[in-house]
Parts: sequence; structure tokens; C-alpha cells
Amino acid sequence: MAVTQVLRSEWTKIRSVASTVWTLGLAAVVTVALGALISALSRNEFDDMSARDRLSFDPTYISFAGTSLGQLAMIVFGVLVVSNEYSTGMIRTSLAAVPRRGTFLFGKVAVATALAFAVALVTSFATFFLGQAMLGPHKVSIGDPGVLRAVIGGGLYMTLIAVFSMGVATMLRSPMLSLGILMPFFFLISAILGNVSATEKVGRFLPDQAGSRIMRVVTPLDDDVPYGPWGGLGIMALWVVLAVAGGYVSLKRRDA
Amino acid sequence: MIEVAGLSKRYGEKLAVDGLTFDVRPGIVTGFLGPNGAGKSTTMRMMLGLDRPTAGDVRIDGRHYDRLTDPLTHIGALLDAKAVHGGRSAFNHLLCLAQSNGIPRARVHEVLDTVGLTAVAKKKAKGFSLGMGQRLGIAGALLGDPRILMFDEPVNGLDPEGIHWIRTLMKSLAAQGRTVFVSSHLMSEMALTADHLVVIGQGRLLADTSMADFIRENSRSYVRIRSPQREQLLDVLHRAGITVVEAGGETLEVDGHGSEEIGELAARHRIALHELSPQQASLEEAFMQLTAESVEYHAHAGPALGDPPPTAVPPPAPRRSWGDDWKKG
Repeated sequence: MAVTQVLRSEWTKIRSVASTVWTLGLAAVVTVALGALISALSRNEFDDMSARDRLSFDPTYISFAGTSLGQLAMIVFGVLVVSNEYSTGMIRTSLAAVPRRGTFLFGKVAVATALAFAVALVTSFATFFLGQAMLGPHKVSIGDPGVLRAVIGGGLYMTLIAVFSMGVATMLRSPMLSLGILMPFFFLISAILGNVSATEKVGRFLPDQAGSRIMRVVTPLDDDVPYGPWGGLGIMALWVVLAVAGGYVSLKRRDA
Repeated sequence: MIEVAGLSKRYGEKLAVDGLTFDVRPGIVTGFLGPNGAGKSTTMRMMLGLDRPTAGDVRIDGRHYDRLTDPLTHIGALLDAKAVHGGRSAFNHLLCLAQSNGIPRARVHEVLDTVGLTAVAKKKAKGFSLGMGQRLGIAGALLGDPRILMFDEPVNGLDPEGIHWIRTLMKSLAAQGRTVFVSSHLMSEMALTADHLVVIGQGRLLADTSMADFIRENSRSYVRIRSPQREQLLDVLHRAGITVVEAGGETLEVDGHGSEEIGELAARHRIALHELSPQQASLEEAFMQLTAESVEYHAHAGPALGDPPPTAVPPPAPRRSWGDDWKKG
């Protein structure tokens, strides 16, 4: 079972369903548009800000504000890539064609990850440049210290969100169940845990909060987060590895 | 060649497949027969490595399914016509299967042509009728030009033209020397296609025999007679020591004597016959009889027909099973 055969097959699968275009397209459009909108609003607010707020003003991070919503479409992409196989019954056909389940799963995840990364990286650069244009006089340049890292990191963050979703969907199989857990988790629960002081210290180790650190260039004042941008992305990557490993183990053991 | 050895599958308390051992040989159509819920689909899924056996082993050309390189070129299977992503076109569905097994793209066009779906190749599979879905599934099975083909209930939901097409296809595949394994719960369907039969009931092997032997062993053959001189005929037959069953109306049935013998006897006594026809109890009856016997065996214990290997935990005797009604009737 040549790995390249499985990669080509998975590429055909992913490019031949409409949900791929819809979810990735939506992720890009929402991230860029919302980022541009919030950047434009921030530009007008800047003059009314306190000196303290101005010190932690992070033009790069602001241009990535659309990520919080755009990542939901990335989650849908990651979930559907895997759970489509189950909801349609295609999984039995797929596993009959590729009986080595590790090769099957990692081939699928690899292709979907590569595609998600390509889209996420383009989205990340687009949202940065458009956001900076909106920020006008307060903008930063891609050459400024830490900015390029943040922009590439934004692409990596979106990609890891998708891969995490693929792992969870492989464990849960049902698209509705997977989305029903992932969407509220990333949109509500994580934010709540991160903003309530009692749970704040736990919340910052959740995948999205740890990972989104990579998009910051200016460290907020009185910041006591115990990891840096790459450390945060590393924590997120660890979550992703756990999710995909969990998916692999359950796929390996389960009857199709 | 498929070799099944001591195959069992347990779902919780229920033993769905219970120590099956049989071979599926090339060059013939082997029918896999059993009432609904007998464990046919479970057995087929284990053959393809989709379900893990609780015990036992399946080998395809001597190897486990997951050890086959490019399995679609060894064995093609139609398990479930709906095992397709509805949003994907028929062509792309087959293309992704082909690519995963290193099968050239041109072969996709070939099999689409074989099953008659070329005109709708670019259409999404969700718009397909059940018959078109079956054809797409069969195209997938044929894709790797495999030596072994497996069809799970292929005629379900097909129109007569589609059924005829599948029968002809299966026979021609076997005639090419391929191994063809096809499941059904309809004995009448098997009678038209299968050369060999593997019959299971409640997960156990009931028979592994040629179709001809199966009919001979499991069905009653008799001669049906109708005559305007019914009383005279009864008298003659009685004097010749031939037991007659009066089967309602004018019809008489005679067991264990040839139609020649009865015809000549009637002629000698100048009795007119309106019908003299050798009859074979239908295969459906033979099949029911066999499954009914298996039910009897389960209830009373004793050697089974197919002699399955003993299992550690004997299955509980079913209170009411498939075939009971037939026994009563």
C-alpha cells in the first residue's frame, strides 16, 4: 500500500465535494472581513484610549480578530473531512480499499492539513495586510520584529484548529456530535474559562488560548502567562497530537 | 479462493457468527444463503477486514485482507450500495478508489461503461436510484479486475432488467474462472445463479454443498397426476402397492416412483391422464426445511448438519425462531 496512492486518493476525495470549498472559503472570508472591520473600528477608537491601553495596543493581533469566528468554519472543515466518511457509509468502501487504518487516517489527515494550511496561510497574510491598511496611521510593517512570526503563526493556528477537529471527529464519528462539542467549546466555553479569574490559569492551557498567543506581537501589561508565542503553539500542537492519536486508536480498534 | 476457518463474531451476549468454516472456490458462483439476520453481512465484513473476528480467521488467496497489496486488485466487493458520499460524482467516487490502489484512470471509464453509467458519470451519487447505486457499487467491485468478487444482496431493490443483468454478470465472471461469492436471503434467486451453496442459520453453517446435491438432499421429488378416471387410477395404484397422497381437487401426488412407471401403469389399464408431471419441491421449501431443522437442533441438541466446531459457551436455545411457523404449517 503505497502512501502516495492514498494521498492522491484522499486529494481526489477532498477536492470532489462541495463542503471543502464552502467551509474553507467561509473560513477565509469571515476571518479577513471581520479582521478588516475590527481594524477599522480600532483605528477610530485609538484616540479615545487611555495611555495604558495604548501601550498594549497590538495592531498585528487586532488584524487577526476575525480568527475567533473564522476558526469555526475551520472546525466544520476538519469535522466534515472525517465524519463525511461515517455519515455516508463511505468509510466501509474506503477501508476495503485501504485496509491499513493508520495509512488511511494519516493519509487523509495529511492531505486535509496541507490544504487547510495553504488556505490558512493565504488568509493570514490577507487579513494582516488588509487589517493594517484599515488601521492607517497605527499600522505595523511585516518587517517589524515579531510580525512575520505572528502572521505565519496565524496560518498555523487556523491549521491546527482544523487538525484538532479531525482528531475529535475520528473519535466521535458523528458530524453533529463533533460539531456540537467543538463549536460551543471554542466559541463560548474556552472564552468563559479564560475570562473568569478562578479558571483563567487553567483556561490558558486550552488549545485555542495557548495557540492564539502566536498571533500577538505586543505582550499585554501585567501579563503572567507562563509561555511565549512558540510555547503556546507547542501546547496547542500537543492537544492536536493527543486528538489525532485518540482518533487513530479508536479507528484501529473499532469495527467499521 | 477465500478460506474461512472457525470464524466467530460476538456482539455482547449475541453470537452473530458461530464457528463458520468453509472455502469459496474459483470458477463457480457460490451462493451464501441464510434468513435475514443469519450473519451473512457480518461474515462478509469480516472477510474484508472491516469487522474484527472474535475468533477464527479469513484468508484471501492465502493472506489476511489487510496484508494484501492493493486489495481491490485481489477482491472486489459490493457490500452496501449506499456506502458512497452522495455529494461526489460517480466518476470521482471510482477515481478515488482507483487511485488508492494504483489502478489507472482509464479503468474508471471502462467499468462505468460496463455497468452502463457513463452517461451519468459526472452526476452526484445522491441523485441515483437504488438500481444506479447498485451499479455504481458493482463498478467499484470490478475496478481492480479482481480474481475474487463478493456481492451482498446484489439484487435488492432492482427492477427485473437489473436483476437479469446482475445474474448474467455473475455467471460470466465465474465462467472467466473468477471466484464469485454472493449472498441472498432468497433461495429462488440463488437457484438461478449459484452452482454451489453455503447455507447458514443463526450464524452456524448448515450446508456447504453443490446446488444439485442440495436439491437432491433437501427436497422431495414426486409425481403429480390428474385424471378424469380418478377412482380407477387410485385403485390401480393401490393394487400396484404405490402410496398416493390426495393433494386436493383432482390432483394426486406419488412419492418415490418415476413418472414413466406411473404413465405405463395407467396406459396398461387404459386410464386417461390429464397431467403426469415429475415435480421437485421448490428450493424455497428445501431451504426452509433445512433452516427449520437447524432450529430443531438448537432446541434439542445433537450433531448439527454442518458440524461446526464446538464453542466454549453453547448458545441459548431459542424459544421461537425463523422457520417455526413453517414447521407448524
